[in-house]
Amino acid sequence: MEELVNLFHGFAIALQPFNIMVMVLGIVLGVLIGVLPGLGGANGVAILLPLTFSMPPTSAIIMLSCIYWGALFGGAITSILFNIPGEPWSVATTFDGYPMAQKGKAGEALTAAFTSSFVGALFAVIMITLVAPLVASFALQFGPAEKFAVYFLAFCSFVGLSKEPPFKTIAAMMIGFALAAVGLDSITGQLRLTFGVTHLLNGFDFLIAVIGLFGIGEILLTMEEGLAFRGGNAKINLRVVLQTWKELPAYWITSLRSCLIGCWMGITPAGATPASFMSYGIAKRVAKNGSNFGKGEIEGVVAPETAAHAAGTAALLPMLSLGVPGSPTAAVLLGGLLIWGLQPGPMLFVEQKEFVWGLIASMYLGNLVGLIVVLTCVPVFAAILRVPFSIIAPLILVLCAIGAYSVHSSTFDVVLMLVFGVIGYLLKKCNYPLAPLVLAIVLGDKAEEAFRQSLLGSQGSLGIFFSNTLVSTIMILGLIALFWSVIQQGYTRLRGAPA
Amino acid sequence: MTTGSSSNAGPTHKLVEAGITLLIALFGVIVIVGSLKAGINWGAEGPRAGFFPFYIGIFIVASSGINLWNGLREDNDALFAEWGQLRQVMSVVVPTAIYVGAMPFTGLYLASIVFIAWFMRWLGKYPWLTVLAVSLGMPIVTYFIFERWFLVPLPKGPVEEWLGL
Repeated sequence: MEELVNLFHGFAIALQPFNIMVMVLGIVLGVLIGVLPGLGGANGVAILLPLTFSMPPTSAIIMLSCIYWGALFGGAITSILFNIPGEPWSVATTFDGYPMAQKGKAGEALTAAFTSSFVGALFAVIMITLVAPLVASFALQFGPAEKFAVYFLAFCSFVGLSKEPPFKTIAAMMIGFALAAVGLDSITGQLRLTFGVTHLLNGFDFLIAVIGLFGIGEILLTMEEGLAFRGGNAKINLRVVLQTWKELPAYWITSLRSCLIGCWMGITPAGATPASFMSYGIAKRVAKNGSNFGKGEIEGVVAPETAAHAAGTAALLPMLSLGVPGSPTAAVLLGGLLIWGLQPGPMLFVEQKEFVWGLIASMYLGNLVGLIVVLTCVPVFAAILRVPFSIIAPLILVLCAIGAYSVHSSTFDVVLMLVFGVIGYLLKKCNYPLAPLVLAIVLGDKAEEAFRQSLLGSQGSLGIFFSNTLVSTIMILGLIALFWSVIQQGYTRLRGAPA
Repeated sequence: MTTGSSSNAGPTHKLVEAGITLLIALFGVIVIVGSLKAGINWGAEGPRAGFFPFYIGIFIVASSGINLWNGLREDNDALFAEWGQLRQVMSVVVPTAIYVGAMPFTGLYLASIVFIAWFMRWLGKYPWLTVLAVSLGMPIVTYFIFERWFLVPLPKGPVEEWLGL
């Protein structure tokens, strides 16, 4: 009951005129980011973070989270109209969305995608409203060992659930930890890994890494592929919207299943991309007309979009309640909170009630505003996509430079951004996942602090991580996640089924 | 936009991947050396500053070793990228590097105008009028959004000083 009262209080905050304006602005910027190739949710939020420095924290996080929702919506537009997934989680949407557009059903495909996104997000927000306070109050009992165990679980899930080779995921993650360790050690106050370079005293800022790895890296990849836009007209009107809405309830089981897959994958933190693929795969296998998938089935749009949005939204649950982000974009949002002096984690629910519930309320409203904005403005966004890449690319590069400079007002950071960009391009081409690298830069300090404090308490014995039921359970879950693919292979072999 | 070249020559994926894996391993060694300098044993305040990064460095070197082994074992003759594609990538990297390098001296605005104009004219072959409109328009919009409305200062050079901005 208390949650409901808090939520209504949150709505009162989110509905303030300034916050509504910020919400609409965030959604529009987010859709733009989602539509433009080379800009993703994570680095879009990172580039635009400086815009929010002069705002109160609640308005700032509302704007940033709305950029995130907008980017999730925007990805669907390019996938359906141009067969170009603006975001990795939109890849599965192209399978049926683009064939629908080719058949002249772009309006139906877009309406189905947006509505499914909205349903997925709404489901996840309701889950966050109900579960987050419980998780947070449970997490208040955590000591350093339990905190480390949660980080351990988060990182192990990345290794176990990643589609990239596990040792590449580990290497990428460890690079992130090493970069996070550069600079002043927060426990002893000693300098480390700076090798006498004064610019490294403050360490590597994850925002610079995000802008470089994702933003610049993605542009370089796009340049290499020689991108050309070819897309159909996006005619979307009230009649098409209503007609599609009439059809959608028939797929309620697909929607519900995708919501559950999305929430699970978002929390664990496998993220939106595997969620969308898994949901599409299961829908294809289960559906009566599964053989038609890939030829323009509306259900093939509903499944991945619902799951991707549910996962993207659910990724904020561990960020808010435990301080462990479930996705790279959630990691950037977490970094934003730290910049404003807010400590994400269980105490946030006690000390910053207004902020937390304002954000949760804005998730409901932001998604609703997002749905309205995208349904009404599709032709405008589609027109932007026809602007040639040789105009868009330098503009994005300049925006990236501005974003990187604004973090610490340092031109050295802009140089670092470019270096990270080239590294991102090379790593991505060689199948190294970038998300765990970024997460490790964000969480490296905190994980190390929890690890060292635990060891200090146990006089150096690693037994502390198995000293009580709670910490043992989380650590064992982490180990299961780490060896998940091995366990799966063993299980398949035991059953004697072909691999 | 074209890929620039129709030739199928270029560095092999195997070679580039091995090179990158070795670079990552070198990074791991640097981390280990830095950690040893900071101290990896037990001090008065518990594990010393180099303790955690030392093991991270070991993990980097070990996983790179496995990645190198896996990569070399693979029977993969695929190209990393064609030379033409790499030229295309370098045609963005080099000017961006010059742009970034010039920024501390010229300020962000002048560097951005030249950079956008070069990109549009050289890669996009746009008429000068379009080039001028976009390359001047973007910095002006940026100035108003960042510096005026959101009060985020951006690097300025002699031209901005002369204009009194």
